[in-house]
Amino acid sequence: MNNTLGKSTRDGFSDSMVELGQVHQNLFALSADLTESVRLTAFEKHFPDRCIQVGVAEQQLAGVAAGLALAGKIPVAASYAAFQPSNSWGVIRTSIALQNLNVKLIGAHAGLATGPDGATHQALEDIALMRVLPNFVVLQPADYTEAIEAMRAAIAHRGPVYLRTSKVEVPNLQFLHPFELGKIRTLQQGSDITIIGTGAVFSEILEANEQLLKRNISARILNCSTIKPLDEATILQAARETAGLITVEDHQVTGGMGSAVAEVLAATTIGKPCIRLGAQDRFGESGNQAELYQKYGLSSKAILETANRILAKG
Amino acid sequence: MPPTQTVLTAKAQEIRRHIMIMLERAGTGHSAGALGMADVFTSLYFDLLKHDPNNPTWHERDSVILSNGHICPVLYATLATAGYFSPDMLQTLRKFGSPLQGHPHLGKLPGVENSSGPLGQGLSLATGIAYGLKYDNATNHVYCLMSDGEHQEGQVWESYLFAAKYNLHNLTVMIDRNQIQIEGFTEDVLPLESLHNKIASFNWHVLEIDGHDHQAIADAVHEAKEYDLQPTAIICHTTPGKGVAFMEGRPEWHGKPPNTAEAQEALQQLRMSTGNHWRE
Repeated sequence: MNNTLGKSTRDGFSDSMVELGQVHQNLFALSADLTESVRLTAFEKHFPDRCIQVGVAEQQLAGVAAGLALAGKIPVAASYAAFQPSNSWGVIRTSIALQNLNVKLIGAHAGLATGPDGATHQALEDIALMRVLPNFVVLQPADYTEAIEAMRAAIAHRGPVYLRTSKVEVPNLQFLHPFELGKIRTLQQGSDITIIGTGAVFSEILEANEQLLKRNISARILNCSTIKPLDEATILQAARETAGLITVEDHQVTGGMGSAVAEVLAATTIGKPCIRLGAQDRFGESGNQAELYQKYGLSSKAILETANRILAKG
Repeated sequence: MPPTQTVLTAKAQEIRRHIMIMLERAGTGHSAGALGMADVFTSLYFDLLKHDPNNPTWHERDSVILSNGHICPVLYATLATAGYFSPDMLQTLRKFGSPLQGHPHLGKLPGVENSSGPLGQGLSLATGIAYGLKYDNATNHVYCLMSDGEHQEGQVWESYLFAAKYNLHNLTVMIDRNQIQIEGFTEDVLPLESLHNKIASFNWHVLEIDGHDHQAIADAVHEAKEYDLQPTAIICHTTPGKGVAFMEGRPEWHGKPPNTAEAQEALQQLRMSTGNHWRE
């Protein structure tokens, strides 16, 4: 698999919005003073009359989106994942989730990958906040193309969706199956151990895989881009057929994708380990993606060490 | 022909009667604000709104977004009186399995346009609806009913800024200025005055009226609909607990229902003041 970097998921989001804006005349984009960095500039250029600027006001962002949905529009409201859902979670809960409205929320610049801006801007809890809300679908595409496919699926789905993007360049991934909402996608079949990633972590996973291949270890590599609803069947199959699961995410391990996978396993008698890599109950800091992934245990090295630990016990 | 003041006053008293009975049966719920807003609700649903109780999702209807969901007994009693559903259902308020949820729930009950309870969110919703309608050049009007206390929420002011920016003159806010909130008088808990000047300074058209005067309510709403240079907020000065002497003006009735004896006393007072127009 090719590990050279391609475009970011936010760029995929950008291009998908232009495409979807042409298809859906009732699609609106909402921004809270971050139009360029969340990548709504292209949409704004094509459809200026369907672009709404709410200013630095995330609660209003969520509330206006809910109102537009009540008026029959498809609102796509984007901000940084550190501000949305964090600053507006109560509005998202009552005005969007409880009313089960057709609102699409974008959390951009997610995770440690946001880099130099530091802890304030590195959302490491947004998936937990959104995963716990009934009616919401939670998506995190892993590359440029999947961001486009996930956005198409988000708009085709009638109901609230949270989609998480990141600003960093990520490798273009080759999957064995096409994107489908609610399905984990396989990058590589394998029988020794399973690595499940989500979002901007696949550079590290692919690098770890290179090392594992050299040692004749067959890793099953899965991409969990639909975090809710979770593809339980694929997780259980992997747990049965391999020695254990390693989850990798740029998020707190508590409440994130790894937690969701562990919850599935905990309800079974399969009894395989599920080791969750991600932020271990701490905030981030300034640095570049590689430095931070190294320090916070998301590097290819951490993945390899974890695989060794699981396989040594098997 | 608009209904006469006498007819509207009698309707409002009928709605208050329902409110007292349903709250007594529920044994839980909010009395003061519900009674206080009975006249505004009556004017809207029996005089001013474009709506059809037989077709609650009518495309051309005006929207009523109730932001302070806790006064929903007045919404439910008004909707039942207007014919959206049978008044018998009012007796199920807050009971298990009832569509009359403790706070309004979208989709549970005909005529309920939004879920609300946590304060400060309704105006954001209303601005979104008004934006969508204005974009479509639709003539539907959006009314957002709010409490005074919820103006302590920052989100409300984000919404005022937004509505002014996009001149959502198809949106009218009606504020229940009853001076009370859970812990006492608004001016003691966190002062709001001058509420008028604050909202006006956000580039809104602001009117102040007696929220129990049906003619004043009608005049203000007509003015708000015709005025298209800014959105309009109507500060409705009301008496919390209106119509029931021992509840009037007293913050302790904000979140409390009457017990059986109190409900009987309340009904007696409402009956006395209504005279020949009382309906059992």
